[in-house]
Amino acid sequence: MDLTCTEEEEEFRARLRAWLAATLPGLPPRPDPRDWPGRRAYDTAWQRRLYDAGYAGLHWPADAGGHGATPTQHLIFLEETELAGAPYVGANFVGLLHAGPTIAAEGTLAQRSRWLPPILRGDEIWCQGFSEPDAGSDLASLRTRAVRDGDAYVVTGSKIWTSHAEVADWCELLVRTRPVSADVPGHRGITWLALPMNAPGVTVRPLRTLAGTTEFAEMFLDEVRVPAAHRVGEENDGWRVTMVTLSFERGTAFVGEVVACRRTLRALAEAARGNGRWDDQEVRRALGRLNAEFTALWRLTQWNVSEAQRAGGVPGNGGSVFKLRYSHARQELYDTAARVLGPGCLDLAHDWTTDRLSSLSYTIAAGTSQIQRNIVADRVLGLPKGR
Amino acid sequence: MDFRLTDDQRALQEGVRKLLEGRFGRERLRAAVDGPGAEPVPSLDRALWRELGDAGFFGLRLPERDGGVGLGLPEAVLAFEEAGRALLPGPLVATHLAAGTVPGAATGKTVVARVDGELVEWLDAADHVLGNAAGAVPVRSVDPLTPLHRVPGAAGERGAVTGSGVVTGSGAESGSGAAGGFGAADAVLAALLTAAEQLGSAGRTTEAAVRYAREREQFGRPIGSFQAVKHLCAQMLVRTETARAAVYGAAVTGDAVEIAGAKLLADDAAVRNARDCLQVHGGMGFTWEADVHLHLKRAWTRAERWPAEREAAELLAAALR
Repeated sequence: MDLTCTEEEEEFRARLRAWLAATLPGLPPRPDPRDWPGRRAYDTAWQRRLYDAGYAGLHWPADAGGHGATPTQHLIFLEETELAGAPYVGANFVGLLHAGPTIAAEGTLAQRSRWLPPILRGDEIWCQGFSEPDAGSDLASLRTRAVRDGDAYVVTGSKIWTSHAEVADWCELLVRTRPVSADVPGHRGITWLALPMNAPGVTVRPLRTLAGTTEFAEMFLDEVRVPAAHRVGEENDGWRVTMVTLSFERGTAFVGEVVACRRTLRALAEAARGNGRWDDQEVRRALGRLNAEFTALWRLTQWNVSEAQRAGGVPGNGGSVFKLRYSHARQELYDTAARVLGPGCLDLAHDWTTDRLSSLSYTIAAGTSQIQRNIVADRVLGLPKGR
Repeated sequence: MDFRLTDDQRALQEGVRKLLEGRFGRERLRAAVDGPGAEPVPSLDRALWRELGDAGFFGLRLPERDGGVGLGLPEAVLAFEEAGRALLPGPLVATHLAAGTVPGAATGKTVVARVDGELVEWLDAADHVLGNAAGAVPVRSVDPLTPLHRVPGAAGERGAVTGSGVVTGSGAESGSGAAGGFGAADAVLAALLTAAEQLGSAGRTTEAAVRYAREREQFGRPIGSFQAVKHLCAQMLVRTETARAAVYGAAVTGDAVEIAGAKLLADDAAVRNARDCLQVHGGMGFTWEADVHLHLKRAWTRAERWPAEREAAELLAAALR
């Protein structure tokens, strides 16, 4: 049980801190959340700075243009950038955390050299076309169809919850290339394609969430021709290819958020002391319990990263345990923020009010809490399959 | 950074588990609850207490030159986690903390009780009492393996815990206090070791629930194949693993606030897991014969030790600066 960093890791931290301190003051003001082209420009400019400073693709393997950093170094990077108030990964998210690592692991040499450098430089943005209106938790039942026609696939169907689709250049798309039958279960007939978003037949429609924002989009595909050379992995092997992608998060997906939540919690305590809510024992103790909660979540993150480090970067099932606890804790945090704000919790001018709305997606996105509990019960506890 | 257990720590964990399985397995547990000497107040197994002493359970953190094992808080936490799993009875925390200051405590010759709150555990069995137990009145304890006394107005015995600072975990300096008493650092260490026991119990009830859910069949299949049961078990694991990260983290840092947080989460995990374990066991869970109630009652007892939920929450709130 060692929570100290090595000398090398501390040097890495110090260098990063110095670079952040020198770089952040020179950044332009953040764009309006509704200004999608502005957000893309801001996010990609930040990625370019990371690239020039040698921090792009930190945890990617060296032969993919990354730096092969250990999970601990990646943890330090995410912790320090959040502490310094640096921009988020933003529109680069799918490229850096899903599509890029998948191409690095499963793509041909030509595919790697075509797609990976632009992701690292911030030149190209990717989005993710996985979920469909009728394929959410049951992703393997997806129905967007791809039919081979010469040297191309002809794709027809629709996708939903596609973040950054409005400004993306590419989409990592899951399509069905073999119909489901008695002999072919859903996950055996799926193929992974890189779809150019400017291809004829692609229509993107922003999806307004309950928070009032358009973080997501629907995407309609009407006989879109995708070159067969854009297929990563074998035909019908896309499910396995995708699972490789998902494992690249290495349990570090929420590191920055946990750091941010701990800062929010301190701000909540300060606000409560200022507006008198601190005298309400229930509010005060709720804040105290959240202190225990987010400290534990930080320790759980360090635990998962330690496990991933030993396992050669592959995360264990600790990710599901973490996500179940964290998504609930985040909602608790903003429900408690509402108690601190009092009637102010109805005022959208407060960031905490909009953050409270956004927090509602946490127990749904990236695997609902119910699906996560199934995963924990089946894969960790070994309970018998059933329904 | 490598938060995981070292090979030595794993070996220690396995060693304590084997020792307790051999010396305080299920039969011994049930004999302590139901056998002669269980009523009206359970008796302490002095031979077992000596064996624990010989195995280094009490002198774990004492320097080797003082006859101890010379290990630290993380190792003590692992040993107490095993004690919690096994439902090992007795004033384990008080005796462990007294090792090095009360003669015979480290070897298990002397049984030590502590007055550090309104409720005192194992007062009659103790050879040495830390704190002032004057006016102690016996309580009909809910836990059949934890005799309790109530000491009116004893909450102040603990010394002030301000919610800041770090305990070092070195046995040489903890445990010492004026006139056979003890300081705030001891209260913090006691909270951590109690949290470790709760963690052990939470892990044990999770395993018991999962095993029962695999074996018990209704409607022609194991009840563990039903999502309603699966999800109860999954939440038990989430509570256990969150508490584990909190308790182990607090053992490494020795931070008083982090320890309060670990106690809060471990109390919650132990109590709620015992409740869910009882639920998974259905009617069997409500019987005296099943062990579930022993875990629940012990978890309730430990949850009342300082800091109880309300006290921990206040400490943790005050630390938010």
